[in-house]
Amino acid sequence: MSPISRGFLGRRRSRGDPSRVPPGQYVTDDFPVLSAGPTPHTPLPDWSFTVDGAVVKPVSWRWVEFLALPAEHVTVDIHCVTKWSKLDTSWRGVSLEALLKTVETKAEYLTAWCDGGYTTNLALDDVLDGKAWVAYEYEGGPIHPEHGGPARLLVPHLYFWKSAKWVRGLRLTPTDEPGFWETYGYHNHGDPWLEQRYRGD
Amino acid sequence: MAGAALPGRLSWQLGRVVDTIEETRRAKSLVLDLPNWQGHRAGQHVDIRLTADDGYQAQRGYSIASAPEDDGVMLTVDRLERGEVSPYLTDVIEQGDELELRGPIGGYFVWDASQSGPLLLISGGSGIVPLRAMLRHWAAARPAVEVRLLHSARSLDDVIYRDELMRLAAFEEVDVRIALTRAWPDGWRGHRGRVDRDFLDGAAWPPRDQPHIYVCGPTAFVEAATAALVETGQQPNTIKTERFGPTGN
Repeated sequence: MSPISRGFLGRRRSRGDPSRVPPGQYVTDDFPVLSAGPTPHTPLPDWSFTVDGAVVKPVSWRWVEFLALPAEHVTVDIHCVTKWSKLDTSWRGVSLEALLKTVETKAEYLTAWCDGGYTTNLALDDVLDGKAWVAYEYEGGPIHPEHGGPARLLVPHLYFWKSAKWVRGLRLTPTDEPGFWETYGYHNHGDPWLEQRYRGD
Repeated sequence: MAGAALPGRLSWQLGRVVDTIEETRRAKSLVLDLPNWQGHRAGQHVDIRLTADDGYQAQRGYSIASAPEDDGVMLTVDRLERGEVSPYLTDVIEQGDELELRGPIGGYFVWDASQSGPLLLISGGSGIVPLRAMLRHWAAARPAVEVRLLHSARSLDDVIYRDELMRLAAFEEVDVRIALTRAWPDGWRGHRGRVDRDFLDGAAWPPRDQPHIYVCGPTAFVEAATAALVETGQQPNTIKTERFGPTGN
């Protein structure tokens, strides 16, 4: 049992449906930025997206080719491990289901890798079947570089560090290999509803 | 679950506020006695959890301001006018009160005195808090590396740890440079205006010296400072950042 904080009233949840806000989170209308290093700026002509690793034949798309892939429009709630949640964010991008269909693999995990060196690990179970996208539009416009543009991963059912900014590829791996924050003490899976913030949660 | 520490798990623990320090009009430091603290590294943070009498809880993260060598863990909190947790920590909590927290958290934005290469610290506003932990860690360990702090604040009165920074600047290896963005005292010889390329160009070590660079502050400050550092040739992978606050877009 937590002790009562003398004199603390709290603001309560004034915004949003409480059933959509995971434990320990608060709703914000803002869009805070969390990044471990400088914001990279890769020119679109140099951009490509690759699916490789434990696959029979790797696949790669250039920017214009990527935009030509079947895209989906999704409106989702997002939850950052630093406690903010943002409801009803809208994105457009290509589902990981569609991207991963293009390769033959027996792998059950992947590492998303990014400009700037960031990585994060995901189980295929967490990204297939309409659970994850590579998004290139936010609220009807390009994604601002601070927020991960030109393209970022979107895995809304996990804490937002899994939604890697500046994503450039998916490397399929036979075993689960912890990524950047997962190595620095954050939870390997990161389910906000189970409050899996840090290792051991 | 305070006190029920499992190996590898960050359990909630209870601390007692043993001292409070008014740093500026907006910022207050809380010195905590934490019987179950396992130690930390300079640059890490903690999660605070407040509980109202009906069970409602709110959590937020705060950087640790004290060095690993210091007695007690110090947090410095900047009051956000419309914040839910920070006004409680700056205006309500008092010496003797209990505070629930867990940590230390974060293993990337940390500096250890065993790292070779000069240390370049760049902060805006309360972004100085984790950098103060690094400065004090340097002063406690005294490794043979040079340290430079470039700090931006609105006015001299808004500079958190001002007196302590002046004392640290007395070390031959430590160079403290302040940029004031809104108001300057008479005869101010430091930088006027935002931290920009000119200011950084004259203050950053060349990339060949392999400086370790830590930048902490509001999002716009960190974006501007890191963009300027990269433009002047610093390697992006030597720059570690922590951002806070709104983005406005």
